[in-house]
Order: sequence, then structure tokens, then C-alpha cells
Amino acid sequence: MALDPATVRRIATLARIRMDDAEVTTLAGELNTILGWIEQLNEVDISNVDPLTGAAHMALKMREDVVTDGGYPAAVLYNAPDRIGDFFAVPKVVE
Amino acid sequence: MPAVTELTDLTIAQGRDGLRAREFTAVDLTLAHLHAIEALNPRLNAYLSVGHAQSMEQARAADVALAEGDTRPLLGIPLAIKDLFCTTGVRTTAGSKILMPFVPPYESTVTANLLRDGAVFLGKTNMDEFAMGSSNMSSYYGPVENPWKRRQDPSAVLVPGGSSGGSAAAVAARLAMGATGTDTGGSIRQPASFCGLVGVKPTYGRCSRWGVVAFASSLDHPGPFARTVRDSAILLGSMSGHDPKDSTSADVPVPDFEAACQQSIKGLRIGVPKEYRSDGMPGEIETLWRQGVGWLREAGAEIVDVSLPHTKYGLATYYIIAPAEASSNLARYDGVRFGLRADGEDLRDLYERTRAEGFGAEVRRRIMIGTYVLSAGYYDAYYLRAQKVRALILRDFTQVFEKVDALLTPTAPSAAFAQGEKMDDPITMYLNDLFTVPADLAGVPAASVPCGLDTDGLPLGLQVMARPFDEETMFAVAATLERAAGFSALPTLRAGS
Repeated sequence: MALDPATVRRIATLARIRMDDAEVTTLAGELNTILGWIEQLNEVDISNVDPLTGAAHMALKMREDVVTDGGYPAAVLYNAPDRIGDFFAVPKVVE
Repeated sequence: MPAVTELTDLTIAQGRDGLRAREFTAVDLTLAHLHAIEALNPRLNAYLSVGHAQSMEQARAADVALAEGDTRPLLGIPLAIKDLFCTTGVRTTAGSKILMPFVPPYESTVTANLLRDGAVFLGKTNMDEFAMGSSNMSSYYGPVENPWKRRQDPSAVLVPGGSSGGSAAAVAARLAMGATGTDTGGSIRQPASFCGLVGVKPTYGRCSRWGVVAFASSLDHPGPFARTVRDSAILLGSMSGHDPKDSTSADVPVPDFEAACQQSIKGLRIGVPKEYRSDGMPGEIETLWRQGVGWLREAGAEIVDVSLPHTKYGLATYYIIAPAEASSNLARYDGVRFGLRADGEDLRDLYERTRAEGFGAEVRRRIMIGTYVLSAGYYDAYYLRAQKVRALILRDFTQVFEKVDALLTPTAPSAAFAQGEKMDDPITMYLNDLFTVPADLAGVPAASVPCGLDTDGLPLGLQVMARPFDEETMFAVAATLERAAGFSALPTLRAGS
């Protein structure tokens, strides 16, 4: 299934990456090449196979659902590009 | 005190013994490496940042501890850290522009373990952006030069492999005694093979991922680079261990990996999988592989021809699963809480401009693939199918490990290539990881050991894979290969050369 420029633009929107027309055209070509190569997986018989989500050779541990960390806003906000007091600041989102 | 050049040539085991015997100090050892970095790094670009003051402080503290008889395993040993590991108060970029301003307020578990054991950190090493690449060419901070040169064409600048290219170049050029790396599709083993080093990707869950900038969480494996198998075992011993902060960290005992390097492989069954060949693979890699099989047979192992029939689907599976996880993991870079921000008209515009400006071409490409294969209508066709093929790849390993104790294969289908080569289309570059990706998908431990040179005089590695959590067998086989190969060639560019 070939990707057309409109689909590439839609994926870019979903991925929140701004893209000009030239890049959309280039990417459409590259993504089609990669997806075409990936099509080889269609020849594998996957009937009666359960999907594998990860490589962990053990059961995941359960833990108590309690707060074990926190209480240092200065460290959390240390890398903020913009902040007001103890809050991250962004452009106005509500009119 | 030995000459400065000799200090940078020491293995970690030799450095540890020399420090304990007070033949030299940790300050001597650290200074020797800092001087070597000063001389060679402007050319190699292996380090993105060097922490002179902090390194010297750690070295002085190590000398005080050594004088008191402290025997921590890495006390005073200078190491390089891939710039994917968060280090408290030290800029951590992941090779990306988007993290250029990022200074973590916390320490990754793996680096904290190394510091606990007394290591000295020299600096943070260059890498492909977000660990996405096999050449280090996708770093925002420029490529890394491989210290090895082609005999016939010494002016060609070769890549160190990737994504942990800076770590590999630093250890090969004697700018560090060892280094950390991460391996998601081969990012430790392929650069180890390209730079004549030992590189180890342990079992998934052996080393905590906490504080390691995430690429593909079900595939990311921290691990060490070193110049000998024993050194890599010493490093892995320190890096390993259960960490409650990583839900996939394995709560299993950490064996004595260093002791495992001395174990005999007599009577072990070693599998040789017929699928580890590729079109255009140089004959000398095939020859080296056969030679490796011979060495193991001579050491008393039984050689068994085996088959891992889904091997050839590993790469395509990887290029669905890794981008899918990456597109999700990298959603956090939105210009709000940390990292680069580009101004926008509104919040959405801010996100889109920040990510367009902050991510390089390869990262954008993989986020796009990942977003597409997870999107409505395509999830089953791509992502779910890939997860099922991944299950079959794991089943191949599970079944083969009922018959054999370890597997021997080539590490990479070529030696180091030149900057600019294999850049025509993304898939040519992806093919580098053909032999390394399956162990990441299955989570089994794998090591690359330098075993010979090609006709250009470039190093070639062989790969040893073993059962989950049986790194001891992997180290025993790797050390046997190392002894038999007697690899003693040196890169052209190195400290003191």
C-alpha cells in the first residue's frame, strides 16, 4: 500500500512534526521504500501465534500503588524552557 | 611510574592491579587519559563533553580510598559514558539538538552503579541521534572518525559504527579504559566489531534502563565496551543488578562474570546457524567464522549445525517495532518540560516547530514510520504482525537452545565503511544490523569479540550468543575465542601514536 503525500501529511500531523511540501515528497518516497521492504513479513505464517510485546524472560513484578518519590519542584522544573513560579509555561491555550 | 602512553594501554584488570599495588595513582591514570583526549579528540570527535574538574575530583577521591585499602572493583578506573545515560549535573544530549540544553537532575542506575564501584568518568561520548543509526553519521554534533585505517587507503575516514560510535572510538584509541553503550539493534556489537573491541549486550533486564534516554523500551539494552573479554566482564558485573525503578529489571543474582571468563568450554555444544549469511558478505568473514568454529572445536566444544529459520525476518520486524516504540517514547519532546523549544503561534504550532527543528532526518523518518504502523487501520497489518513474527524469532532461539549451549556467528556483514558510503537509501544502512537484531528481539545475551583483520587491515568480530541470563557461558566462549584469535593489532590513531 503506497503512501501518498496527503497520508504523509496526516501522519506528520499525528506525530506533531511540521513539514514543508518538499519534505513531504521526499519522505513519501523513503517511507514507501521502507514499507515495501517490510512487506516481506507477509510471507510468514503467523496463524496461531500470540504477539510478543517484549523480551523480558520473567513475569513483571507488582508493587504497592503508593507514592514513593517526589516533592522537589526545583529539580523537576530545572530544565523547563519557560516557567512561571512552580509551573511550566506555554502559549495561551484557552481564549 | 610507567610512561603516560603505557598507562593508556593498560587493560582495566591491569589498571586495577597497578592501582592496588600503588605502582601509579588514579590521578596519574586519569591525567594520562585526559591528555590523550586533548590530543586526539579534536580529530576523532568521540567525546561530546569532557569533565576535567569532576574527573580529577573522582580520581583524587579514589586515591584516598585506595590508600585506605578500599577494594571496590572499579576504583580509580577512567571510563567513557555514552551520552544517552543521564548523569547528574552533566549535559546529556542523546546526540540530538532537541536535548542540547538538557542537564539531568538525576543519575541513571547503570552510571550510579559504576560510580558506587569507584569509577572515574572522563566524559560523555558521541552517538547517533537517539541511538538511531549504524555509523554515528546521524549525530547532531558531527560524525566520529574510526581510529582504524585501511592499509591501502589510509586517508579514507571510516565510520566507527553506531549508534555507540563515540564510546567505541574512545576505547579503541585509548581515550578511555572502557565505556558504556546501549544496544537496541546492534549498537554495541556492530561498533565493537568495527573498532576491534569486545562489546557485550547482556540479557534483557540484566542492566537497568532507568535514566537511559529511551529509544525502543522493549529492545534497549545497556552494556559495556572494553579491549578484553575479562574487562567487559568486570564492567558488566558493576553495571548489572536489580533496580525497582525499572519494571523490566530482572530480580536475579549477578554471577561472577570475571570468573566465568576462566571456565573451560570442554563439552559445551556450540551451534552454527546456517542463516547468518548475506548476499555480498565478503568471503573473509565466512573464512573467519569457519576459523572461529575450528578454535572452539579445538578447545573441546562440540559443533552442531543449527537453523534459526526466521532470522531473515528480524530486520523488517525490528523496523516496525523499534520505530513504533520510538514514536511513542519521543512524544515527550514537545518543548514544554525540558529540551529545546521553538516559539509558535499556539501550543500545537509550538509542538510542531519544536519537533521539526529539534529532530534530525533519521529520527523524523522513524517517528513517521512508527506513527503510521500504530495508526488506526494499519496497526494489525504492521505492528501486530511484527509482534507475532517476533514471537517466532524468540521461538527459534528457545528451540535451538534446547540443543546447544551457545551460538557462534559473524557480528556484522562487513568491516567498517567510509563516511558517505551506504548513505544512498536507509535500507542499505539498516542491513548492517542483520546479524545483531535477532538477539535484541529475543533478549538473549550476545557479545562481539575481535577475531581477525580483513585484507584492508580492518578488524572483524565474531558474535557469541547464549541462553537468557547465561552470560557466564557467553563469557567462557568469548574468552576462548579471544585466546585462540590472539588479536593484537592496533588502530592507527591512538594515544601516544
